Amino acid sequence: MEEPYADPNAILSSSSPAAKLNLRKRPRIRETIIQTFLFLCGALSILVTIGIVYELGKESLLFFTRQQWELTNKPLAVDINASVTSFQVGESGSDLEVDDVIRISDEIMRVVAVQGDAITVERGYQDSQATSHTAGIEISLSEQVTLREFFTTTEWNPQIGKFGIWSLANATLMTSFIAVLVALPLGLGVAIYLSEYASNRARGLLKPILEILAGIPTVVYGYFALTFMTPLLRSILGRDVVDIYNTASAGIVIGILIIPLVSSMSEDALSAVPRSLREAAYGLGATKLETAVKVVVPAAISGIAAAFIVAISRAIGETMIVAIAAGAGPAFTFNPFESAETMTGHIVRISGGDLSYNSLDYNSIFAIGLMLFFITLFLNIVSQQIVRRFREEYE
Amino acid sequence: MRQPKEQSQPSPSSQEEPFDTKLARRHRLGRIWLVVFQASTIVGIVALVALLLSIANSAFGYVIYEYDIDPAELAGGDVPLEELPKETLIAILQENISDGAFRRLEDLKPFADRSQANVYRLVIERVAEPKAVEQWTLYQSLFNRSAIFEEAVRDYPDGELRFESWFDPHFVTAPQSSDPVQAGVRTAILGSLWTILVAFLFAFPIGVGAALYLEEYAADNFLNRLIRTNINNLAGVPSIIYGMLGLAIFVRLLEQLTSGAIFGLTDPTTANGRTILSAGLTLGLLILPLIIINAQEAVKAVPNSLRQASFGLGATRWQTVWHHVLPNALSGVLTGTILAVSRAIGETAPLVVVGASTYITFDPDGPFSKFTTLPIQIYQWTARPQDVFRNIAAAAILMLLVLLLSLNATAVLLRNRYSRRL
Repeated sequence: MEEPYADPNAILSSSSPAAKLNLRKRPRIRETIIQTFLFLCGALSILVTIGIVYELGKESLLFFTRQQWELTNKPLAVDINASVTSFQVGESGSDLEVDDVIRISDEIMRVVAVQGDAITVERGYQDSQATSHTAGIEISLSEQVTLREFFTTTEWNPQIGKFGIWSLANATLMTSFIAVLVALPLGLGVAIYLSEYASNRARGLLKPILEILAGIPTVVYGYFALTFMTPLLRSILGRDVVDIYNTASAGIVIGILIIPLVSSMSEDALSAVPRSLREAAYGLGATKLETAVKVVVPAAISGIAAAFIVAISRAIGETMIVAIAAGAGPAFTFNPFESAETMTGHIVRISGGDLSYNSLDYNSIFAIGLMLFFITLFLNIVSQQIVRRFREEYE
Repeated sequence: MRQPKEQSQPSPSSQEEPFDTKLARRHRLGRIWLVVFQASTIVGIVALVALLLSIANSAFGYVIYEYDIDPAELAGGDVPLEELPKETLIAILQENISDGAFRRLEDLKPFADRSQANVYRLVIERVAEPKAVEQWTLYQSLFNRSAIFEEAVRDYPDGELRFESWFDPHFVTAPQSSDPVQAGVRTAILGSLWTILVAFLFAFPIGVGAALYLEEYAADNFLNRLIRTNINNLAGVPSIIYGMLGLAIFVRLLEQLTSGAIFGLTDPTTANGRTILSAGLTLGLLILPLIIINAQEAVKAVPNSLRQASFGLGATRWQTVWHHVLPNALSGVLTGTILAVSRAIGETAPLVVVGASTYITFDPDGPFSKFTTLPIQIYQWTARPQDVFRNIAAAAILMLLVLLLSLNATAVLLRNRYSRRL
């Protein structure tokens, strides 16, 4: 937009040199303040993103670096002084293995070798002081979560220090996969029907009805999944097959939730295809179906693909439906009729109780959250890129 | 769809069917797929209907109540308990509950100021103490009545069979309670209203400001493109992530502010930052991108001729924006904001993470009090194993839907009222 006072001095001064009008652009403090305020409003969104990444990242880092000491109930069997590296330990309690990091009172040691009840250690590990200890002191074992353990193991059980994300991630993938299986074909079918077949009146009636589906809070869908979908599945497939809490029911209901998302985004893409393309197809003798499927859908494929990806991202981030209907308690299973806790469901359950800061549980949900954030962010960016790069521009 | 490959071959092969039979097949295929497309639309609508019916199914139906003391016994004479004068009811109450409990009720609100209906309620709640021992769904109640009556007489001779609408005035006005028969959603409704008020006050000015900046001021440079992309990405972040941000920033980092400690409030029950203010600000952050995107659309729709006319008359940029662009975009901005707010009302996950209270019976009295909201109540009640909690969860869902419906109706009214023809 042009600045209204471009340079009026040049014009005015030539016609009336006597006039001492000061028409130079004055600094407008109020305007500047307002503009700065509005800029800050816009910039806040960047702060939010930074805040998310920073807070989630900080707590996740703590999760992966903090050392927790867990009592092994295994006592030291003999008195040792500062220089002994091989000694006897009690038989009871949990077993020690090579490379375990243990603590006896304030001193940290690394286990080098284990022979029955005798262990060989490296004294004064991690900058601690090697001192003498008396028999009977209990040995603590270090529990540290490594990235490798996090991403490659399949058991999530914070009580015994097992943090394998795959039992949660697998449940998330199951519910999302089922949801996508329901929503993508149905959503695309709805979109093709509304955009290519339905009369204006039918579209005006059907679209708002479907949009109601998108406006209903997800906790209501959770209720629906638990009180309608699960009993329905159980009555069809048998009560022995289907658990009360299961990923199939949650997945199907998430699918219903995202049908309007898929259908409205895909329909926008389909309606944006110009009429001339359809008329050309009809002119060549194509039937209505052939026009829709072979001409219009390929022309709108970038928009449809973007809709699909946004829908997947939405399904992965969906929380309340899985928190209510998919079950509590992580389980690594590929059976959709068994209960399994998803990433989001786990976060809700853990944070629902009285969560103390600086506990491993508190940190662990941030690690899950960070992973969730990056997955959905990645999918959203991919979706935007698809629209930008593959959009067919007509006219 | 899956047309045979040979169609694309230039020379018609000998197996090629005659055009007529192929045409018939193509049309048949077209009709089949039309049915498929229609069916997917119908599936969507059926799902919606099933959803609403399953809620109604649980929100109404026959219930058998058993009383600690039968109300007829309490009333003694021929006059039913409901119609007894207030003084008699107070006497019954005083007789049957401990003196301490009676004094607490008196302290809460003097009996002289209470209405007869209120005292009757107290007598039922405190003395008669109805328990829902068995309940049926609306479907069973409508089509299986005789079986229900039989069972009621056979299994619960002392019980009272009643057709119950769980969603009734008492449910809306009563505070939360651990007894599902007495429980209501007043605390939750007030909590919901408080949190969205805070969210609105926080997100509306900032959201509209950001939209005005992006549409009216921002040059096309790297920073502004980054802001635009970033807002689009934030709109796609799962809501639970906002909850975790709220937990880390508002509840933990800004605890002094959100618990009201820096304002001299030292209520021990609220001092941990899990307050309405934290929840409202979290929801505010959540709906901020939605408000910005909607407001941007509304501002974009204001015709450029208006701006140019204003500039031509010597108005500054802010004068143009404030006096011409904003008033013309207002209906769109408000509609978008209301849609965003109705999203915020239904949000559950971020509030669970931020730390909604699971059980509070007192009304929230300001931004620094503990809170529960309607969706949180629904979640809590749905997660309970006893069937009767499903009934009140369904009633709470009806309440939530009524709230959402009225908000959306307001949005439509606003749009019709303020949309000026340009």
